[in-house]
Amino acid sequence: MLQTAERGASTSKNAPHEKYLKAFRIMFQTRIFEEKLASLYRGGLITGGVYLGKGQEAVSVACGLFLQKGDVFAPLIRDQAGRSAFGEPLVDVARTYLGSRSGPMRGRDGNIHRGCPKAGQLAMISHLGAMVSVVVGKLLAKRMKGEKGFIGLTTIGEGGMQTGATHEGMNIAAVERVPLVIVATNNHYAYSTPNDRQFACADLVDRAKGYGYEGSSVDGTDLAQCLEVISAAVKHARAGRPPQLVVASTLRLAGHGEHDDASYVTEDIKRESFAQDALQRTEQFILEHELVDREGLQQMRAELAAEVDEAVATAQQEEAPVGSEEDWCAVSTRELADEPTLAE
Amino acid sequence: MSVTYLEAIREAQAKLLRDDDRVFIYGQDIAGKFGGAFKATKGLAEQFPGRVLNTPISEDAMVGTAIGAAMEGMRPIVEMQFADFSSVALNQILNNAGTQYWRTQTPCPITVRLPSGGTKGSGPFHSQSMEGIYSHYPGLVVLTPATVEDAYTMLIDAVAIDDPVIYCEHKYLYYHLKADALPTEKLPIGKARVVRPGRDLSIVTNSAMVHEALAVAQQFRAEGIELEVVDLRSVKPLDTATVLASVARTGRLLCVGEAFPWGGVTAEVIARVATEGFHLLDAAPARINAKDTPIPYHPNLWSEHRPNAKTIAAKVRQVLAE
Repeated sequence: MLQTAERGASTSKNAPHEKYLKAFRIMFQTRIFEEKLASLYRGGLITGGVYLGKGQEAVSVACGLFLQKGDVFAPLIRDQAGRSAFGEPLVDVARTYLGSRSGPMRGRDGNIHRGCPKAGQLAMISHLGAMVSVVVGKLLAKRMKGEKGFIGLTTIGEGGMQTGATHEGMNIAAVERVPLVIVATNNHYAYSTPNDRQFACADLVDRAKGYGYEGSSVDGTDLAQCLEVISAAVKHARAGRPPQLVVASTLRLAGHGEHDDASYVTEDIKRESFAQDALQRTEQFILEHELVDREGLQQMRAELAAEVDEAVATAQQEEAPVGSEEDWCAVSTRELADEPTLAE
Repeated sequence: MSVTYLEAIREAQAKLLRDDDRVFIYGQDIAGKFGGAFKATKGLAEQFPGRVLNTPISEDAMVGTAIGAAMEGMRPIVEMQFADFSSVALNQILNNAGTQYWRTQTPCPITVRLPSGGTKGSGPFHSQSMEGIYSHYPGLVVLTPATVEDAYTMLIDAVAIDDPVIYCEHKYLYYHLKADALPTEKLPIGKARVVRPGRDLSIVTNSAMVHEALAVAQQFRAEGIELEVVDLRSVKPLDTATVLASVARTGRLLCVGEAFPWGGVTAEVIARVATEGFHLLDAAPARINAKDTPIPYHPNLWSEHRPNAKTIAAKVRQVLAE
């Protein structure tokens, strides 16, 4: 069953405004936060990479917004909005980027490689597609334990769709009949590589049928559509229908990371309709439909920016990890640590 | 009544399924009446419905699924059909399972069973010993039981451990090795065992090579030469203390491994003895491994590729002559 939303459809007029505004607020804060992270990076205050979700905020926020306690969320590199919607505290983002020992990763891992498995948010590894089967395992175990009503949602890109792990993970999810939603954002560049060197099929959503999934497409620059299509996919998964594949179309409006000027992005592709800025589109809609006026938006920006500043300031005041005080033991069963590991 | 090494593995899994609701077994061709390529799960699917599950041919996803289930509180056992195929799951084992606790403080108690090592006619892709690769990476416990008793108790212990365990069971021992009964006592994980006390030279080895070493020791006995044989049992953690104590008694060290020669378990043991027990050595430590080629199919080639009683004995003489 393929329920393909119309490509480039105009923003739905009957969006439930409350959810829409909530989503916008998270998108807006994500943009402010990511601009802050980029400026900290340029100022040399962040070690390692900074990876932004600019242009993908609408699809990402929709991924986090319809999940409940007990659900499993495995976000990826460009999912700040989704992580916030799922409930990840801003301060934990700042802590991870700034390397605070108080953060969830305590300086042991950084930037987007963060999570809180206890809260249902898995910490991604860099190897694309690897998290798909891990979500399947979480869902399988929940079913074995007799839990009900849960789902899992994980995200991937058009590049990540091409790994063997994604294929194995998508297939095993269907074989195990677990309630999984995969949201694949086709942002047209996997690092510097455009789609013609990633895949040769007409549309990635066509793969849904091949895996025994239900597939749908969505304009990733249209928040109302993202909310509608992704909430429907979540609902279908929760209702026990086959795994869901949602393919969103966007353009990555930043480099792969902040070290990358993305000079390889062509002028032609920037004129495509999927190249629109989801945040700007949402803001326009809000103003046009007088959901919030300009002054209200200004005030909102100030509030959101203050929260961001507070999160960053908190993380900046916290201590960095110290090598000589670190517990260099990678196993939880301490008596099974190999001796030299602990001795040195 | 007697119990084979393979039956001990099956009995351990039956006990685990019986005693702990969190345990399930995940692998290819393991369910139904078939019970696995080597029958290590025969009868278990019928006895424990819904807990012995066939998977698609997807080693990466099998381990990924086990990781997720373990993080959710289950105790999955993954059966790789052959250790060799675990290379497809290397990423999940090394980068996802092995890093999970260090990164997120979430234990990842999976047990991956690897039917390991060579048998006649199995060729390059059904014969490998991969304990060295897994031991190289942090966050994993790597076990190589060499006896029926260890096969049983170490598998039960493996599942109880809160960390990912790579359990390397040797296919050659499946049917060749028999014990009178299942064990009632055990040596803890992480402890090596002096299988045969000796005086003149220590052979430190693991898995099926323990039995080759014992055969060689028996041979030398007629000449009045007493070889000590140490079975590492656990490759990671490695029981350096037991190895050093053995070298202290004999003054000579030969490490024997079935894996490929570059790096690996034998190199690690020698490195530790050389750095921590140099003064104990009366001769340069030596090692013998398989040859540095893919594992051959033909029995004539295969028996020369891996260390055997003849090549081990020759190496022993060399070290004794120094």
